[in-house]
Amino acid sequence: MNYLYYPGCSLEGSALEYNLSTIAFMEAMGIELTEIEDWTCCGASAAESVSHLLSLALPARNLALAETMELDADLMIPCSACYLNLRNVAEKIKKEPDILNEINTVLKEDNLELKGDIQVRHLLDVVATDLGADSLAPKIRKSLDGLSIAPYYGCQCLRPYTVFDDPEKPTTMEPLINVTGARVHAWDMGGKCCGASHMNTKMDVGMELVAAILRAARGADAVVTVCPMCQMNLEAYQKKISATYGEDLSMTILYLPQLIGLAIGLSDKDLRLDLNLSITESFRNKLNNDCVK
Amino acid sequence: MNQTAMAENKAITISFPEELSEVQEMVRACIQCGTCSGSCPNEFAMDFTPRRLWRMVLMGQKDDIFKSKTFSLCSSCYYCTLRCPRGLPLTEAMAALKQIAAKDGLSKYKQSSLFYKSFLESVRRHGKVREMEFMTMYFTAMKSPFLPFRFAALGMRLMGKGKVHIQIPSKGEGKLKAIFRKVEEMEGR
Repeated sequence: MNYLYYPGCSLEGSALEYNLSTIAFMEAMGIELTEIEDWTCCGASAAESVSHLLSLALPARNLALAETMELDADLMIPCSACYLNLRNVAEKIKKEPDILNEINTVLKEDNLELKGDIQVRHLLDVVATDLGADSLAPKIRKSLDGLSIAPYYGCQCLRPYTVFDDPEKPTTMEPLINVTGARVHAWDMGGKCCGASHMNTKMDVGMELVAAILRAARGADAVVTVCPMCQMNLEAYQKKISATYGEDLSMTILYLPQLIGLAIGLSDKDLRLDLNLSITESFRNKLNNDCVK
Repeated sequence: MNQTAMAENKAITISFPEELSEVQEMVRACIQCGTCSGSCPNEFAMDFTPRRLWRMVLMGQKDDIFKSKTFSLCSSCYYCTLRCPRGLPLTEAMAALKQIAAKDGLSKYKQSSLFYKSFLESVRRHGKVREMEFMTMYFTAMKSPFLPFRFAALGMRLMGKGKVHIQIPSKGEGKLKAIFRKVEEMEGR
């Protein structure tokens, strides 16, 4: 299997381990990723908050570049915000041809033209739908038996476009967790909002949302995410949130490819667990001792 | 009356009235059921619920809309869009209000809009956002001496792991200059 790959800006910076663990996991599964040449920012949540046309033109540039790669493959994106921005363009131009013309008037400045024939897929969609637990099962080398994992999907891989999971009660990560030998932590926070950029501009509001998620994760050994912004919000402010609410809300937060990567026998070095901001002592102990075989 | 209070009481003029009409079109079919308010994770922090905001939009109460912090608290989770029984693009309507506020530099939206504009400036210059450069530009634009301290510890942790590096804002090669310029031209900014 082959995919075009758009990592997005975060994966070259604060979410470097998401990029490296995705590449390591896909390689171990025999999947080839071809990065879009000369890709640029998708506009994140910034463009839509400032200019509608820019919020379409920035992701469209990357789709147009992907088309020039002339590879008969879907485009896989690990970041939910990037995924939604690129998917949004792909969906909108199908329904409104005027928008395609407008976008192409902008892209002409960069000598690019968008046709719109590439499928935009989220990493979780690819792992859950195209690979699936069945193809992971024979590759499991290290059972994560004894760990309880809380699947956190966040918003933008689920909504507004309902593509591969139930946007109200997402479940696609559950078979992937079960096949590693771990248990799924029962909670209903999987599709709830982490506050996105509130943590930067309206910290009190962001902390309230993140605190509710971390509180509900209590009893799990780790939360797994599929988005760099969710990951950052959940892992980076735990001390501050714990101090503010007067309770211990420390929790291990991992990216999905890191968790399933461990189970198929990749090392924590391959998966760059050293780059995560919140891996608790007790998680490390469980991972290294007998309860995980 | 101090200056802030005067600014608060001043009638708000928006330079793009036709854009508010576009938002009105988006929510024209609203039946005021309140599903959006019940679904919104940020409703607890808003001064008006989303349901009331849509009514204000339909009534053209631009002063109330843009003095309210409701639209700036939308974190684009798309629950309201998913659940709206009329199928209205409510998250997009919130974004459209943010765009009007950003273009007009409205005070209630200043912090968010400086944050997003700093982000996009870094993107315009380099093609990709440089996280440290953009935060530096944001702090400079905010002119708040204490703001950087809120993020200093995180910045140090990320630098310690080699994920980000100190980046003095630089002009860059203007990677996306042409695209940004064309968009501005087409949107008449």
